[in-house]
Amino acid sequence: MVALTPTAGAGGLAETQTGGPATSSRRRRRPGIGRGLVLLICGIYFIGPLVGAFWFSIQDKVHGGVQFSAYAHVFSAVGFSDAFMLSLKLGIGTVLISLLLMVPTMLLLHLRAPKFRPVVETLCLMPLVIPPVVLVAGVGVVLAWGPNQLAGTPLQTFLNAIQSGKTPWVLILEYVVLTLPFTYRSLDAGIRSVDIHTLTEAGLNLGAGWGTVTMRILLPSLRTSVLNAAFLSFALVFGEYTVASILQYQPFAVFIVAAGQTEGQLSTSLSLLSLLITWLLLLLISLLGGRNSTKVDI
Amino acid sequence: MSSIALESLDTGTGTTVEFADVHRVFGSTHALDGLDLKVRPGELLALLGPSGCGKTTALRLLAGFDQPDAGSVLVDGEDVSRLPANKRDMGMVFQSYSLFPTMSAVDNVAFGLRLRGRGAGDRRKRAAELLDLVGLSEHLKKFPHQMSGGQQQRVALARALAISPRVLLLDEPLSALDAKVRAQLRDEIRRIQLELGVTTVFVTHDQEEALSMADRVGVMRNGRLEQCAAPAELYQRPETPFVAEFVGTMNRLPGSMVPGGVRLFTQVVAVDGVVPPAGSDVRALLRPEAVLVEPAGGQPGDAIVTTATFFGAVTRLRMTQPDGQEILADVGSHRAADFPAGAQVRISVLDRPVLVRPESEATAGTVPGRA
Repeated sequence: MVALTPTAGAGGLAETQTGGPATSSRRRRRPGIGRGLVLLICGIYFIGPLVGAFWFSIQDKVHGGVQFSAYAHVFSAVGFSDAFMLSLKLGIGTVLISLLLMVPTMLLLHLRAPKFRPVVETLCLMPLVIPPVVLVAGVGVVLAWGPNQLAGTPLQTFLNAIQSGKTPWVLILEYVVLTLPFTYRSLDAGIRSVDIHTLTEAGLNLGAGWGTVTMRILLPSLRTSVLNAAFLSFALVFGEYTVASILQYQPFAVFIVAAGQTEGQLSTSLSLLSLLITWLLLLLISLLGGRNSTKVDI
Repeated sequence: MSSIALESLDTGTGTTVEFADVHRVFGSTHALDGLDLKVRPGELLALLGPSGCGKTTALRLLAGFDQPDAGSVLVDGEDVSRLPANKRDMGMVFQSYSLFPTMSAVDNVAFGLRLRGRGAGDRRKRAAELLDLVGLSEHLKKFPHQMSGGQQQRVALARALAISPRVLLLDEPLSALDAKVRAQLRDEIRRIQLELGVTTVFVTHDQEEALSMADRVGVMRNGRLEQCAAPAELYQRPETPFVAEFVGTMNRLPGSMVPGGVRLFTQVVAVDGVVPPAGSDVRALLRPEAVLVEPAGGQPGDAIVTTATFFGAVTRLRMTQPDGQEILADVGSHRAADFPAGAQVRISVLDRPVLVRPESEATAGTVPGRA
């Protein structure tokens, strides 16, 4: 009676194997064509405008033909280096504050207070449904109202400090809020993919304190998601226009729009440069995140 | 295996562990409800029980990942109930491997030594020795994702041993592995534990693992210890109906007490332990291997075979008596062909003392539980 079970199983397996190759090769071909088609359409959709923009940026409209003067003038354009450095500063500042704020929060949330996760998630995803223009309008009102109404209090000092000086802290703090959804999602996905509870307990069991567990075990294990969060935040800040423009700062995105009003080819070449920087960042993060990830079948 | 490694290990061979009236409540659930248990120095004690019985909670309290609501956890007589996990010097192997994914095997093993301020050369040497001890000397540089489950668990064992733990804690370390690797690793863990003499607490829900590895097995139920005894004693002389049901498979056959023992079928069998008064109805607890069957030879028998299940060396017969009572018996598989489904059989029992329980304790005719 019992011996029948393996026999039936073996028979079933034999049938599968007999009919398998032809079926599987048919199955394999179809998605191949489908994938190629999707890739082609996506490729045209994404690369087409870039090729068009590049073609526009190198056209010699006076003499005809091709010239690269727009690219030659990019780095010497008036205001370029200031705008670029400001965007770099904003990006780095936003990434650092976001990670310093969110990494410990997310770890604590998952390890110690999982019941608060829905609340924090809702708060962090708010910027997705509140348009930046609404957010900046609110900030503008507070910045205008605060220093007068809160005179003599530490809050007044704070509100003045974030608007003055070479570093526009008000923009960085605003960007930290704007990038919260991306930081939250990246970190959350990373934490869910790693068994941080057991890793933490394993670390504690071996004698590590909470600091060592976080710095030597958890953060390295979450490297890819931390890098993803950093990249997304940086890319968002680098291309952000609305908030900076309304608050009358001129980072790279605002500079590109301003340049486009006087010189279209320069503006286009700057946009392509901006994309190139973003891609290079992505590549760098892929390289960093991909280390030690070689899969070996045992 | 390296003899150097064994010599250099200074494990807690003399460590005793005691749970003294430990309670732990989660909401309305009493995970531990007055647990009293002593682990002797150098022994491997298995905590066995169904899901939710409190065995993992007990281990976590001992590891320091949780604290008791009442009672004490004592290690060598010292109350460690409030001592943080990272101050307890206990090596733990988790069910889910829990190797640090960004560290190689040797770095994983050396991690605890690094925290203890050991020099780089020293800790690398010791980690290599321990990996040799668990048979992974060829895999020092491999990362966890480059190793099989069995290899990862060996590294986890080496890592736990590297810190010379006072007590080794094993939290279902084999349950994620396939049967062959599980059996292999089970033997290795026991070999290493015996060679090092480290006091070990092993949590499992697999009775085969518990019975084959442990010096003593503590069977838990609803946060309490039902019985703690050597595997053979637990198997042969279960003290409670639950233990009888949970450990192995047990028939509970109705019988009546007569002078000299209990009447079962046509036999009178001596009673082991407390003997109920003559004339009372009892249930005799009999393992399937203690039930003997013979073909009835075309005559009406004591029961009819309903199913036969092949277990390799033995085949388990499930039979039904005319009154509907089910009974299980193990026969050598070479004899299985004599007992096809529907065959009439004659039943007797091994002539050795049996445990009996008052009829009032019985809840079912047979305990068809686990193999």
